[in-house]
Parts: sequence; C-alpha cells; structure tokens
Amino acid sequence: MAEEFKPGCQRPPIVKPAPAADVIETSVMKEASKPMIKVGKPAPDFTAPAFFKGKFVNVSLSEFKGKWVVLCFYPGDFTFV
Amino acid sequence: MLSISVDSVFVHKMWNDHEISKMIGHDVPFMMCSDQDGGIGKSYGIYDEDSGVETRGRFIIDPDGNVQAFEVLTPPVGRNVKETMRQIQAFQLVRASGGTEATPAGWRPGKQVLQPGPELVGNIWQVWKVEQAFD
Repeated sequence: MAEEFKPGCQRPPIVKPAPAADVIETSVMKEASKPMIKVGKPAPDFTAPAFFKGKFVNVSLSEFKGKWVVLCFYPGDFTFV
Repeated sequence: MLSISVDSVFVHKMWNDHEISKMIGHDVPFMMCSDQDGGIGKSYGIYDEDSGVETRGRFIIDPDGNVQAFEVLTPPVGRNVKETMRQIQAFQLVRASGGTEATPAGWRPGKQVLQPGPELVGNIWQVWKVEQAFD
C-alpha cells in the first residue's frame, strides 16, 4: 500500500533498483575521477533551457563573461524556503 | 543571477505565474534554468543522488568565469541574500584594487580594508580590532 508522506523541503530518498556489480564498479571509478569545484578556478560552462519573463530560452553561462554571476541551485520549485 | 533546479521550464513557469510573481508583484527578474538530468549539478558537485535533486549550492562567478566563492546548504535552511551581496561587494573591491587590498572578517562596504604587505605581517593587532568582525 502506498504510504502517505508530509511534503517538506527535503524530497524523500528514492529507492532505486540495485545496479549490477560491474555497473557499480564503473560508477565508483567515474565518481573518483570527477574533479571537485575549486575557488579561483573556472566555473564549468553549461547551456540549459530556462524560463525568463514569459519566454522559454536557451542560456549558456559563457554568455555572462565580463559580468559577475550568482548561480543558485535549489532542491525544487515550490519547496518552501 | 541565474537560478537552477531539476524542474522543467514548464514547472518554472507555473511557479513564477502562480506563486513567486504574487510574492514580488512582477515576474522573476532572472533566468530560471532547468537541469532535468542533474548533469550541471553533478559538474558543480551539489547534485544529491539519493533524492534526485540539487542541494542549495550558491556560486559567485567573476567576470573571467572563475568561481570566487561557494556555499552549499541542505534543503531545509534558506540562504542569506545580504551575505551573498556582501561577498560580491568584497570580491569586487579586491578585484578593483588589483589584489592590493583585502577585506578582513566582518567587512562590509565603508569599513576598513587591509593592504597586505611585509609591514603588516605580525602587525594586524595594531591596525585592526577583533570587535570589527562583529560590529
């Protein structure tokens, strides 16, 4: 029976099917080789769809070269805080 | 200013139209980006695999495209916008000085800055007081 949960800022963890052993091995290797963000180093560039003043646009971080940018990640729309 | 989450741009539109615009009296003034597979969040190290969302990661990026600061919070605690503004003002001051000035703890616009150099080594106590970090 599906269990009711109270909505909060934290999304309940997703229980995923356990990946096959060989998949785990490769994903761990990928994780280890991924460089961490460092202050003073370039921000990873990206292009993403965005909503902006009634329109849908594609935006790239690199468009803002020459300006200060605050990039704010958040858990999701309608998440209270 | 760019905001970004794993929501689709359609959900961003609904959030803007039905909640945020009512809160602020106009449309969200910045682009609300969509990172549906979490790929961008992963490249910034703030994607939470367990819940499939992005944590509250905030990155200050300078005009050269370099990360100057970041802060990451778990979902239930909101950010301090004034502190973000203060940090940007501090980084802008340092950049404008060509790296000759530094902003001590508790600095905000108008407060004392320091000029790091050989004479200042071991002499901070003479020119800067701990109380300045808190006033």
